[in-house]
Amino acid sequence: MRITQGTFSFLPDLSDAQITKQIDYCLANGWAIGLEYTDDPHPRNTFWEMFGNPMFDIHDAAGVMLELRSCRKTFPNHYIRLTAFDSTHGTESVVTSFIVNRPKEEPGFRLIRSEEPGRTIRYSIESYAVQRAPEGERY
Amino acid sequence: MDTAVHPTTPTALLESSGARAVLDKLDSELVGLAPVKGRIRDIAALLLIDKLRAEQGLQSTPPSLHMCFTGNPGTGKTTVAMRMAEVLKQLGYVRKGHLVAVTRDDLVGQFIGHTAPKTKEVLKKAMGGVLFIDEAYYLYRPENERDYGQEAIEILLQVMENHRDDLVVILAGYKNRMDTFFASNPGMASRIAHHIDFPDYSEAELMQITQLMLVQLNYHFDAAAEPAFARYVALRRQQPHFANARSIRNALDRIRLRHATRLFGSTEALSREQLATLQAEDILASRVFAASTATARKETTT
Amino acid sequence: MGNMTEAVQITDAKKRYSAGVLKYAQMGYWDADYEPKATDILALFRITPQDGVDAIEAAAAVAGESSTATWTVVWTDRLTACDMYRAKAYRVEPVPGIPGQYFCYVAYDLSLFEEGSITNVAASIIGNVFSFKPLKAARLEDMQFPVAYVKTFPGPPTGIVVERERLDKFGRPLLGATTKPKLGLSGRNYGRVVYEGLRGGLDFMKDDENINSQPFMHWRDRFLFVMDAVNKASAATGEVKGSYLNITAGTMEEMYRRAQFAKELGSVIVMVDLVIGYTAIQSMSYWCRQNDMILHLHRAGHGTYTRQKNHGVSFRVIAKWMRLAGVDHIHAGTAVGKLEGDPLTVQGYYKVCRDTHTKVDLPRGIYFDQDWGALKKVMPVASGGIHAGQMHQLLDLFGDDVVLQFGGGTIGHPQGIQAGATANRVALEAMVLARNEGRDIKEEGPQILRDAATWCSPLRAALDTWGEISFNYTSTDTSDYVPTASVA
Repeated sequence: MRITQGTFSFLPDLSDAQITKQIDYCLANGWAIGLEYTDDPHPRNTFWEMFGNPMFDIHDAAGVMLELRSCRKTFPNHYIRLTAFDSTHGTESVVTSFIVNRPKEEPGFRLIRSEEPGRTIRYSIESYAVQRAPEGERY
Repeated sequence: MDTAVHPTTPTALLESSGARAVLDKLDSELVGLAPVKGRIRDIAALLLIDKLRAEQGLQSTPPSLHMCFTGNPGTGKTTVAMRMAEVLKQLGYVRKGHLVAVTRDDLVGQFIGHTAPKTKEVLKKAMGGVLFIDEAYYLYRPENERDYGQEAIEILLQVMENHRDDLVVILAGYKNRMDTFFASNPGMASRIAHHIDFPDYSEAELMQITQLMLVQLNYHFDAAAEPAFARYVALRRQQPHFANARSIRNALDRIRLRHATRLFGSTEALSREQLATLQAEDILASRVFAASTATARKETTT
Repeated sequence: MGNMTEAVQITDAKKRYSAGVLKYAQMGYWDADYEPKATDILALFRITPQDGVDAIEAAAAVAGESSTATWTVVWTDRLTACDMYRAKAYRVEPVPGIPGQYFCYVAYDLSLFEEGSITNVAASIIGNVFSFKPLKAARLEDMQFPVAYVKTFPGPPTGIVVERERLDKFGRPLLGATTKPKLGLSGRNYGRVVYEGLRGGLDFMKDDENINSQPFMHWRDRFLFVMDAVNKASAATGEVKGSYLNITAGTMEEMYRRAQFAKELGSVIVMVDLVIGYTAIQSMSYWCRQNDMILHLHRAGHGTYTRQKNHGVSFRVIAKWMRLAGVDHIHAGTAVGKLEGDPLTVQGYYKVCRDTHTKVDLPRGIYFDQDWGALKKVMPVASGGIHAGQMHQLLDLFGDDVVLQFGGGTIGHPQGIQAGATANRVALEAMVLARNEGRDIKEEGPQILRDAATWCSPLRAALDTWGEISFNYTSTDTSDYVPTASVA
């Protein structure tokens, strides 16, 4: 399966050249760039681990790509995403977020249904990978 | 190709890339430095020709652009580094052309594991432009085995080799100490393509710099003050820790202080002329004259 | 200038209040020297006076009949600080290019309005005036609310930024589709359509405005089957998904019951129709904030009064009212789809929804500045006859903060609903990628879509089926300040 989180997940995995162009777009808009990784891809897992602080004052995409390569080398089998943050009034939040690295095998999620009174069902989603091993050993 | 539109001569190319304007700006804003300016023009010519060769398929590897500027403080090294960054941008060798100026303390950490992230932070910000490391030899402290400067040097060497398209490094400092540094770090020496020495300014050039500064500050010397200052400069140059343009600037600040004190005791309202004119006594009060007289006296008695 | 004569206000109290009939302008409802206060509420009307009726008198009448006046003088006025309560028409201008039609600006004192009540604003401004005989036609074009009044409303319960944070979706428009057929499916089969659309790649599915609770599908069955579909699609994709559950009902009590059930089942979003009324919308807005629910508003019925340029209420006023009343989504037009909407005018509606501070923009029909006082932003929804082949136009016109809904354009796909959804999602992401790279998507859009279609067969099929479809009719409601008004 292939998790389709992030802005560009229905396109083929982005090449480094394509990622560089996206970074250039973010820098041109004055957004700070952050790299995050996780091995718990639950859709409600908001806080992935930060790979270093968000990068302000970067002039060129090469600086970010340096960090990205380092992150991929350290966590080759984790999900890694690149986010951009816009601090202008009225937004002050993330404005783009796309996956730049995936584990080789993505087993996906299990849908758990617990029956409640009447015909009501309580749903929850569980990741197969998270279930089978502790953090860091999942993929 | 329409030759009427496309500029083919090298000078025309220099003009159209905007690099020529930057070199002209360098000429006008810095006094003297004839050998330096000449070297910069040579390098610009080389880079331009390399570009043309690359277009013809004659150039396979991009040239190394890392440089070393040596000379005493106050000789214009940082200013020239900034203009160099602009020229490189105009000729298409760096993408953004900004300058990040650091010293050892910006690169080296205080404890284990601190150096690599610190150096990486600086490198990230400098990518796409020029990294200017002042007094780079302080990175190398072989006598202290717990010093982390070596780690920073390793990272720099790697980046200078593998990221030639992304970053240009300019080292700067005193010539003799730089020579020692390169002798102990041949890896670093081999990566530097251009060495430029910044000679001290001559007295005539220092007077020119003085005039430029005075104009900027809206002061001028009266008839007696000019030769007094010339004598000051001649004496000050002999004394240690002379930092060229910076020392001139400091001297002018102290002269302005004495000028203000002198005017403060005035019993009448001050005219515009008085407010703008520096007189000989404002200069001659300097300790520099007393010190040299003492030295002279000492020399005559021994 | 036509028939615009200056009338003189009678300031002598004895003369002003002795019994009889006076002109509105004489009663004080017209004041050419009036400087609107920072706390005044302003309204712009487009009026067509009856033949022989003076424009200034008509403007004064509008001011009067939307505040304190009556057709004859009443002595009881003098028991009040009546000068303050009188609305003042302070400016009248002929509409460029349309003889017999005038813009008139009216200022209302803040004390005329109840805090935090859009129903009161509507009752005050449009409750009386539009049936007034001396006017052939009247349209409320725009309004300006002082920050003092804006601050009495909590505004949208979620807002664009928090909605994105809840869905964890950034950097691109959101995608949706209305379940088709609009009517007739039973709950289980309705849920099937929802599952297919969400599984294929859409972010949202949607009930249509007239799906409430009918003999062919009771609302509880719809909610149960739809939420199963939503959660199954979420597990299959790893994304947060939603379907707008329509909680519109005959009474407020029933609406609260339906909203509660939607919450129990874990829906992220509910929807209501405009026809429930402004009071009901505000109540639902408060409920949604208390229950962390996104509120989608379908603008059902608006076309009866927003579409004709000379009479009614402009949709930009409705959008302003709804932002204050507090909705998170509002249908605001597609410009290139099957429903009415000239591109510039529609962009004007989007600005009202999304700006932190809206500025005057006459070609887009914005007549007033509006400081939104940090009120959250409303996500506009573009829905109606759009398809993947128009993705570049939609992205260029509207930017990222919009929900693009392709009902027929998903469900009618020749390879099936999932393929339809995938085609739309791929087209959108490819277009966003290209735009960020700096390409001119207006010009290169069709080529970008064709390039993506080489590796995405659902998209290729979609372009083959609908690539040539467009809806080019002359718009009925265009700006007075732009010469041309049609979609290329």
